[in-house]
Amino acid sequence: MRATRSLEIGTGLFVILGLAALFFLTTQLPGNGLKLGFGKAPGYDVTAEFDNIGALKVGAPVRMAGVRIGDVTGIGFDDQSYRADVHMRIYPQFNQIPEDSYASIDTEGLLGSQFVGISPGGLTTYLKNGSQILQTQSAIVLENLINKFFANFASGSSKGSAAPPASQSKSPQEPHP
Amino acid sequence: MSNAVRHGVILEGLRKTGATGIFFFRLLGACVSALRRPRLIVAQIFNAGGRSLIIIMLSGLFTGMVIGLLGQDVLARFGAETALGTLAALALLKELGPVLTSLLFAGRAGTALTSEIGLMRATDQLTAMEVMAVDPMSYVAAPRFLGGVIAMPLLTAIFEIIGLFGAQLVGVQLLGIDRGVYWSQMQSAVGMRDVTEGIVKSLVFGVVTSLIAVTEGYHAEPTAEGVGLATTRTVVASSVMTLLLDYVLTAFFL
Repeated sequence: MRATRSLEIGTGLFVILGLAALFFLTTQLPGNGLKLGFGKAPGYDVTAEFDNIGALKVGAPVRMAGVRIGDVTGIGFDDQSYRADVHMRIYPQFNQIPEDSYASIDTEGLLGSQFVGISPGGLTTYLKNGSQILQTQSAIVLENLINKFFANFASGSSKGSAAPPASQSKSPQEPHP
Repeated sequence: MSNAVRHGVILEGLRKTGATGIFFFRLLGACVSALRRPRLIVAQIFNAGGRSLIIIMLSGLFTGMVIGLLGQDVLARFGAETALGTLAALALLKELGPVLTSLLFAGRAGTALTSEIGLMRATDQLTAMEVMAVDPMSYVAAPRFLGGVIAMPLLTAIFEIIGLFGAQLVGVQLLGIDRGVYWSQMQSAVGMRDVTEGIVKSLVFGVVTSLIAVTEGYHAEPTAEGVGLATTRTVVASSVMTLLLDYVLTAFFL
């Protein structure tokens, strides 16, 4: 009797482990699958609106001077301003980020993934839960840069490189100056 | 062995294939009546799955770790280390998970099945059951087959999860890729289709490996040598069939 009992417990353990693994695979891995949050990390939430977020993904790091200070927790679309709405969670120890800080979407290396980089502003009032970063810079889309470069190159050969780029209308995602 | 000598290799191969096919349908028939004895199936799930758990988890861990190491090295040459999550997930889910689990399963559980059933045949236990009007197909063969078929996808899923965490261990904890990036890159690149492909593969491999193991055991020559040979054939045939079917299934899913 004891032998069957431990055998059944062993089988149950194996089956539950296997089903849990299957459940994890089907729900957590695919991007379109059902997501279960594993509780929220501590910290405070900040939002920022960008003209173009490029290939930024949920879970990407938020960095300041290269140091990770938070995660991107959500990406939405604002249908009033037609801009991307990025939600970030900043770790609680980084609670002295000036309110007029500047958020940009940067790339790790040439082909790497994208992250939100924050450059500090000068105010002594700090970002807190629910505040919005107003100054943002879009992702630099490599294809647009190349397009622009070639358009410049083509027009530059006849008019000189100082002429305004003819591709201005072709690259609406050009970063703000 | 006298059969093999007389008919030649090709005829013998044909006969083997046919015999396995016929046995498969007999086995399916026996599975229906075997379902009325769930306790036997549970015991076989434990034999095939529970006992293979440690070897599967260890192999999964090291497979994942080596993907982390190799992937980091290769991807860093293109400055794309952050794609490690994608690489590890696709490699494990689509190919390595099902194939390696099936190979290990053939070595760990398939051999045990073949030698067990073969020894039952050699010691006339199967004949004794027939004499007692107990059908050895539904009492011995079918529960073992079903146990293997049920255990295989579960083992594969465990292998894949452990592998993903193994790749994370090396890529994130040792080599410094960002943890959030590792998982978010993976989630954005992996579709439900990739997960399904792995599960379908593992089911097919489970059926094939268990079928080969049970068939070889059931038809083993009732001698010590015959059981040994049947066990060897199980490993060889299931490994070859796994790799062959893997190619076919991958091409099918593309």
